[in-house]
Amino acid sequence: MVMNPVSPSLSTPETSRSSVIRGAVVRFAGDSGDGMQVTGDQFTAAAALARNDLATFPDFPAEIRAPAGTTYGVSGFQIHFSSQDVFTPGDAPDVLVAMNPAALKTNLKDLKKGGLLILNNGTFNATNLKKAGYEVSPLENNSLDGYTVLSIDITKHTVASVKDTGLSNKEAHRCKNFWTLGLMFWIYSRPLEPTLKWIDSKFGKRPDIAAANVAALKAGHAYGETAEVFQQRYEVPAAPVAKGEYRNIGGNTATALGLIAASQQCGLPLVLGAYPITPASDILHELSKYKHFGVTTIQAEDEIAAVCAALGASYAGNLGVTSTSGPGMALKMEGIGLALSVELPLVIVDIQRGGPSTGLPTKTEQADLLQAVYGRNSEGPVCVIAASTPGNCFTMAIEAVRLATKYMTPVILLTDGYLANGAEPWRIPDVSELPKFEVKFRTDPTNFQPFERDPQTLGRNWAIPGTPGLMHRVGGLEKDYDSGHISYSPENHERMVKVRAAKIAGIANDIPPLGIEVGEDSGKLLVLGWGSTYGSIREAVQRCRDRGLSVSHAHLRYLNPFPANLGELMQRFERVLVPELNLGQLVKMIRSTYLVPAESLPKVQGHPFLIAELEDKIRQILES
Amino acid sequence: MSELINPAKLTKKDFETDQDVRWCPGCGDYSILANVQKMMPELGIARENIVWVSGIGCSSRFPYYMNTYGFHTIHGRAPAVALGVKIANPSLSVWLATGDGDGLSIGGNHLMHCLRRNLDIKVLMFNNRIYGLTKGQYSPTSELGKVTKSTPSGSVDQPVDPASFALGVNASFVARSIDTEAQHLGEVLRRAAAHVGTAFTEIYQNCNVFNDGAFDAFTDKAVRAERQVRVEHGKPLVFGANNDKGLRLNPKTLGLEVVKVGEGGVTLDDVLVHDETNPMFGQLLARMPFPEFPVAVGVLHATLRPTYDGTLRAQQKAARDKLGQGDLAKLLRGGSTWTI
Repeated sequence: MVMNPVSPSLSTPETSRSSVIRGAVVRFAGDSGDGMQVTGDQFTAAAALARNDLATFPDFPAEIRAPAGTTYGVSGFQIHFSSQDVFTPGDAPDVLVAMNPAALKTNLKDLKKGGLLILNNGTFNATNLKKAGYEVSPLENNSLDGYTVLSIDITKHTVASVKDTGLSNKEAHRCKNFWTLGLMFWIYSRPLEPTLKWIDSKFGKRPDIAAANVAALKAGHAYGETAEVFQQRYEVPAAPVAKGEYRNIGGNTATALGLIAASQQCGLPLVLGAYPITPASDILHELSKYKHFGVTTIQAEDEIAAVCAALGASYAGNLGVTSTSGPGMALKMEGIGLALSVELPLVIVDIQRGGPSTGLPTKTEQADLLQAVYGRNSEGPVCVIAASTPGNCFTMAIEAVRLATKYMTPVILLTDGYLANGAEPWRIPDVSELPKFEVKFRTDPTNFQPFERDPQTLGRNWAIPGTPGLMHRVGGLEKDYDSGHISYSPENHERMVKVRAAKIAGIANDIPPLGIEVGEDSGKLLVLGWGSTYGSIREAVQRCRDRGLSVSHAHLRYLNPFPANLGELMQRFERVLVPELNLGQLVKMIRSTYLVPAESLPKVQGHPFLIAELEDKIRQILES
Repeated sequence: MSELINPAKLTKKDFETDQDVRWCPGCGDYSILANVQKMMPELGIARENIVWVSGIGCSSRFPYYMNTYGFHTIHGRAPAVALGVKIANPSLSVWLATGDGDGLSIGGNHLMHCLRRNLDIKVLMFNNRIYGLTKGQYSPTSELGKVTKSTPSGSVDQPVDPASFALGVNASFVARSIDTEAQHLGEVLRRAAAHVGTAFTEIYQNCNVFNDGAFDAFTDKAVRAERQVRVEHGKPLVFGANNDKGLRLNPKTLGLEVVKVGEGGVTLDDVLVHDETNPMFGQLLARMPFPEFPVAVGVLHATLRPTYDGTLRAQQKAARDKLGQGDLAKLLRGGSTWTI
């Protein structure tokens, strides 16, 4: 079920030219302009087509083209692929590809001892070395001892391989990433055809560039075959996963597809209001392609207009959705408050990033939890849920729509930069497996009261403009309990505050109880996570269990309300540990809600947890 | 809650709600409400297909008093909410009530984008040059030096002219009228209702509590003939009790000047004839300094250009024509897939 990432035994000579390994962690690192994300995506696609299980972690700077050669301009892409289940992109890479000195400088510390280091020595000139902060070239001292170093002038080889395509020198240099990809494909025994096809579709309008990239890819592959610098190449067999049709999917794509699926399942046209913001913009890009699904996307003038347009669409009977990240969430709060006050469905997707303020736009964090749960003025309860993996974004997006329409409430779906940009193989669900939920508009004028509630859900009537006989007014002023007329009555206000709270609390009866992901349902330690830390926690808990420790993992996908059995589940463990990528926000909610002495494991570095960090903490708790 | 009525038989009364109107006695908003309720039946639109959206402020209580659908939203954001309403159901007749503070201060951004997009909605801006609901602070249309509770030494803000602002962001319909001028207001509202695109109407509205008499200098019966020019498409821009004053273009300054017909060889032929389709006319008329010039009221500018919602619908239809109705199963299988 769970595997330890296995390093290829690079130092062991093998008689066979190709050996089967369980998997590897590979990191590509280079300048922002070196095409590392494209390289990583193509390498990922090849692993997916080979049916490996995988997880990816793109890590890039906020600047589009930071000055070339600098350490802050380094862009990285890590992939963990395996014939076993994969839960994280891996802690330390087995293989590091460094396209320039800055990439080596910033990434070498992570490479496993003995790991394979492939570097482009064509970029190790005095200028680049100085920019990276090297006084002496690391190629010329013994600082790389302890790694298997493959130093190649990738620049020279690339330029030579594309010389017949008539590209300028600058354009020729830009093919380096495909040369490198070709070499990596050779090392991991991957076919070139899918990438050749991709190049054709991507660069079809520039046949000269397409031809050059093809030439570079093939040349890199041929280099592996002929240069005889490798002791071996590797094969990673298919992972034994459940039967079905699979695709590789990233979190933002999965969120977008989930929203479309939900819109189709409930029969409401989807209206997305959004303002460009990293790392959420891809949801806007993705949804804007699907006009033929009745999807309307509005690139609004700002975050506030985006949420207001989505709410206006819901008011008129469509499915209003808005997507954003932390700073945008802050701006949307008054709009969300209006939505909960007029009790209309609204889905808000917050792809969390490092903060406060502009913070770390391209880095991940889970620090919007309290903002999501408590961020409105006055008593402003909304439903808050979170996705745990890129593929789970699909499921939770549908869940957000189900709850929003059933309970007539805003639902905040939290994902983060790590889920948004990371990818994993995803079993494509059959449409018949998807939850189908009916949305009913009020049409009967008899005894119509706009704020009359369903006795079970406490959701109010949804009467949309265009419906004869149901004309009524709603707004952000306090409303009379049934009629919705403006009411300043003290008793009525308290009753309304309480019913809005009770409605959200009641959702606990309509969501799955919290289960145990790994381990027994009682014991010494429960590691309670939420959101994108799923993979790291699961792997760390399993490793500790393999050592005989009494530890289990539970993972929250519902943050407000909590699953009804959460308190009871925690009671069955002696201690509760809450790891999260913030200073302890969930743990604060857990302690105040259940009065349990849950312990916090916070991390706020813009990066996900390493498995080892979690493992160390669990062992420290249980072995001390 | 409300009975069904054939739209052709609707009357003013059918647009009144059972809610007590809570504006101050003597507020100009009453007159605007009455004129709108009187005009609405003429549109022949069923009440359920009309939506009033508003922000925050005295003017934004308007939806509560209209027996249509209504959404009293948050400060300044009504144009953004209206955008979603209109996109979700383009067959609705969407009206927006806003004020000078709601629409030009906190909501100036949204109003600008609404106007440039040309969303097919009608915007009524009640301009009283003051913050009423917060009890009397200066607004973005208050005159420079305005002494209020928040500006005891006089405001240091240069005011914005709503009509000029709207023309500056390429509004397709810009009109002005006055709360107390029932007939003129009715005519302007009818023109706004008939316009396809964002119809922006500024209504000078007296706040008798915090800014009483703000517009008396050109609305008072004794002076209005001399101090207002009522513009009409295709008609000379004349004004005055004897209709003997006119507006002439000075080609050297590219500005307007007031002339008297019959004096200094000026004839009616020298007076500009209003062309509402030419935005230059609108801008010149909107920006005339008072009291050197009269205040222009009426339809300053009206032209037809594609609407945001119409273009969006066309794109959606084109996508469906080209790709067919979306197939969810196919969508989920997009990209490379493999089967195990």
